[in-house]
Amino acid sequence: MNILNIYSGQLINLFAALVLLIAFAMLAQRRVLSLINLFALQGLLLAASTALVAWSSDQHHLYYSAALTLVLKVLFLPWLLHRLIRKLNVKWDIETLINIPTTMLLGLALVVFSFNLAGPISEIAGTITRSTLGIAIASVLLSFLMMITRSKAVPQVIGFLAMENGLFFAAVTATYGMPMVVELGIALDILVGMIIMGIFFFQIRATFDSLELKHMEKLRED
Amino acid sequence: MNGIFLQLFQNGLVLLLAPLLVGWVNQCRAWLQNRSGAGLLQPYRKLIKLFHKDAVLAHNASPLFRLTPYILFASMWLAASLVPVIATDLPLSPAVDVIALVGIFALARVFISLAAMDIGTSFGTLGARREMLVGFLAEPALLMVFFSAALISQSTSLVTIVETLAHKQFVIYPSLAFAAIAFVMVLLAENARIPVDNPSTHLELTMIHEAMILEYSARYLALIEWASALKLFAYTTIGIALFMPWGIAEAGRLEALPLALGMLLLKLAVAGAGLALLETVTAKMRIFRVPEFMGTAFLLAVLGMLIHFLVGS
Repeated sequence: MNILNIYSGQLINLFAALVLLIAFAMLAQRRVLSLINLFALQGLLLAASTALVAWSSDQHHLYYSAALTLVLKVLFLPWLLHRLIRKLNVKWDIETLINIPTTMLLGLALVVFSFNLAGPISEIAGTITRSTLGIAIASVLLSFLMMITRSKAVPQVIGFLAMENGLFFAAVTATYGMPMVVELGIALDILVGMIIMGIFFFQIRATFDSLELKHMEKLRED
Repeated sequence: MNGIFLQLFQNGLVLLLAPLLVGWVNQCRAWLQNRSGAGLLQPYRKLIKLFHKDAVLAHNASPLFRLTPYILFASMWLAASLVPVIATDLPLSPAVDVIALVGIFALARVFISLAAMDIGTSFGTLGARREMLVGFLAEPALLMVFFSAALISQSTSLVTIVETLAHKQFVIYPSLAFAAIAFVMVLLAENARIPVDNPSTHLELTMIHEAMILEYSARYLALIEWASALKLFAYTTIGIALFMPWGIAEAGRLEALPLALGMLLLKLAVAGAGLALLETVTAKMRIFRVPEFMGTAFLLAVLGMLIHFLVGS
């Protein structure tokens, strides 16, 4: 049991590293379609590591969180996004505001910053997964960066969803998850938000003939 | 005494095995592409053929041009024989750590680029520039990969790294996983393999390494080809030493040598087949995408290091 615990701790670390890697891959990804697949993969890793945390720390409510993540972020939301981009017919290349290597370097700086930030916090935390808190913060900040550097609506929404992934991961690693009510509330929030944004996409396109968000910066006076 | 014998044995071994590895990779590629292939021994036949020919040199070739194949061959041979592949107590190894190893590769790169520009043909200059573009991006990534491994064993000596990694109980290192991916990307770029360069093409739009050695013939070309094979061998064995070092013979244990040799051959066969598979499933990328590719390798290696500091294992 003890040895298994050690290995599950290492596996959680590995999953956390992979979550961070996927956050970077999303930052560098040009195509909307691959972006959605990466988002689904991140959700899958999140579900797996949550289940692992639940198993190794005997926190049964985390199993429900893992199942919720699996259903919502691996199956439902990617399916919804796939349907959306098929209907909107947006499989074009995403253009970024600054070029990709620069974005990556910025991301690297953010990772250093958040690892430094997480250092003192994880000293206090008593969970077996405390060292991955830095990765959770880093993936939140990387999703922020992604939302900032993208000019189209769909990638921004995916960035928003990925940010929620990071927050969820932070909650799981720092305090073994939020209370069930809060978690359900957030899940519902995401779900409803996603559906509303899906409707917005069509509205934005009907008004401006594109999903470029810079058109929304100035008010139109008709 | 044992050490000297081992060192000499390894020097001979890498020299003879390197063309075989190239032959094996080419054979695997041929099989994957539904061709019958030229056989495992084709690189040896090519070397023998080239050594029997008379060399042709351009009129304006300087001594540097003539000297470069020897420098290239010597540095690659040195690099390949420094990597602990079958035993860890090599007398030459303490003289050189991983940073110096990167330096040896850089020396070879500088000389081949200078020689390529020496004749003054446009192809040579083009190849040298592209080689430098790839090289200056690959080198920091390679150093970062080495540092990730060095952080675990607290030493930049390759022998110490291998001994630490081979004799610890099995631990999952996320930092090493990142470093491994970065290392494969650097290996592909540095050895002129497919996503970056194509070793079997002479198309001017895409070639990098072949453009530099267009002016060489006969024994000079043979030495360069052999040096390329040694470089691929050196990189593969570095990868084996860093990421799958199990089965290597410890210091002072001669009876473990046959097993270590068998393990090495097995690991080389697997690595060669993997390389061939990787080359078959990927497409050659545009030359201006190469900086992005190498930037990703660098990013992965740095991330590995950072995660090592965070996770602390």
